[in-house]
Amino acid sequence: MNGVDGSLTQKQEGRIIAASISEASVNFGAFTALQDISLEIEAGDFYTILGPSGCGKSTMLRLVSDLVPPASGSVEILGKSTEAARLAREFAFVFQDPTLLPWRNALKNVELPLEIGRKRNIKLSTGDRTPRELLELVGLKGREDALPHELSGGMRQRVAIARALVCQPKLLLMDEPFGALDEMTRDHLNLQLLDIWKETGTTILFVTHSIPEAIFLGQKVLMLKANPGRIKDVINIDLPMPREIALREDPAFNSYCSQLRKLLEDC
Amino acid sequence: MSTSETAIADAKPSHHLSGHTAKRLYNFSIPLSTAVALLVIWQLGVRIFNVPTYIAPAPSDVADVFYSEFPLLMRNFWPTFMESVAGFFIGNLAAILIAVAFVHSRLVERAFFPIAVFINTIPILAIAPILVLIFGPGMTAKIVIAALICFFPTLVNMVRGLQSVSPEAFELARILSASKSEVFWKIRLPSSLPFLFSALKIASTTCVIGAIVGEWIGANVGLGALIIESTFNFRAPLLYATVFISSGLSVLLFVSVTIAEKLIIRW
Repeated sequence: MNGVDGSLTQKQEGRIIAASISEASVNFGAFTALQDISLEIEAGDFYTILGPSGCGKSTMLRLVSDLVPPASGSVEILGKSTEAARLAREFAFVFQDPTLLPWRNALKNVELPLEIGRKRNIKLSTGDRTPRELLELVGLKGREDALPHELSGGMRQRVAIARALVCQPKLLLMDEPFGALDEMTRDHLNLQLLDIWKETGTTILFVTHSIPEAIFLGQKVLMLKANPGRIKDVINIDLPMPREIALREDPAFNSYCSQLRKLLEDC
Repeated sequence: MSTSETAIADAKPSHHLSGHTAKRLYNFSIPLSTAVALLVIWQLGVRIFNVPTYIAPAPSDVADVFYSEFPLLMRNFWPTFMESVAGFFIGNLAAILIAVAFVHSRLVERAFFPIAVFINTIPILAIAPILVLIFGPGMTAKIVIAALICFFPTLVNMVRGLQSVSPEAFELARILSASKSEVFWKIRLPSSLPFLFSALKIASTTCVIGAIVGEWIGANVGLGALIIESTFNFRAPLLYATVFISSGLSVLLFVSVTIAEKLIIRW
């Protein structure tokens, strides 16, 4: 990644760690949602997170994004505390529901992060791309003035992705963003997301419950197991980039599918 | 609604457009002809059975009075109009401000919500004489009664509206490090507007009831006073005309609120 300042955690070979979780646990009352999570995510990586329901996939993203505090252990993003990273807008979040403000048009929704925190000097590192260009990047040129209810589900999620990219985050957290969409739209957005990933060089943590989606998108699949949520395995996906829909027919792809399915059943 | 309607109309060829208009005309003509038929039956009934005018006047008698007593009706219309509108603004403004306080402080809500419920349970007819004793026979008492009758529905709806923000929208605000006031102005307040307008529509008709009830207790001008006066003087046509004017006032206020809603809420 270019333009990285010296304050970042650098590994001996010059690798940059985007997020580092060490022995972190999360409790909700007496319930242990995550236990002893240790993980280092390199800048530029695309991680997909897979696991049985209730294993803490979403909690994992919320831990990284300073939405839930760790009960023990620590989380650092680019060498900073999660709070400092939040104030510096180092990460952005895409929810399963697009969470657009229905009274704002597409462009105004994308601009929302730039309007918040101005008075308190929260770093608004507007990227190289203007909100308009970001809408173009996600394929919504010409729909800037459309209100969310005038857009389809897939379009709304694309607006949400553009909004997440507006402060040029180094880490993009996505919580089943395409879970509620139909298969065709999902395929299309998967390809588009890979393009965006390549073009922006951002690091992505992507929660999904679809095995093919996890393999298709991820360089690495993080498998969690439930009760309490722990890391079961990290599987490297050795498939060529850029990926195309035809990859789904590839025998290598299918063998990953069955491997992951078996792992998931053992959880 | 209006945008989608025009979009549909634009997409269709012109003969469909005229069909659309004809359908609207048809939909409108059914209730209209029913009303006309009822008026005719009423007129014929009164004439055929020779009902004395002071018991039930014919529509033509009422129309006569409308014409001959129009200055009298208007002289009494304006005070009621002023009281209703002033009560509408004061009652709703108070409700909105208190709802904002409730949403921001559990303590304030716990302290004052039971009192608000208690005030709401007192029949307006029972509390009106008390207010007339306190504020005297002028306009003030009527404005207070009109405000009081608007207050509770708006309070309840506004609290619900301000709380209608999804958990994900709050998470988005948190990730953007939004301050409490940014959450309020950019998310909570716009979210509450549809709820607020539902309440304002209710208030637009009940405030007129409040003003008229206040005038019954003690007033020498206003539609309420005119109703009492024409009843005791057996001037039934004037009574009916006053009742029509009162309902016209409610309709006027209701339509104004509806137009404001259409202009403000486009989502």
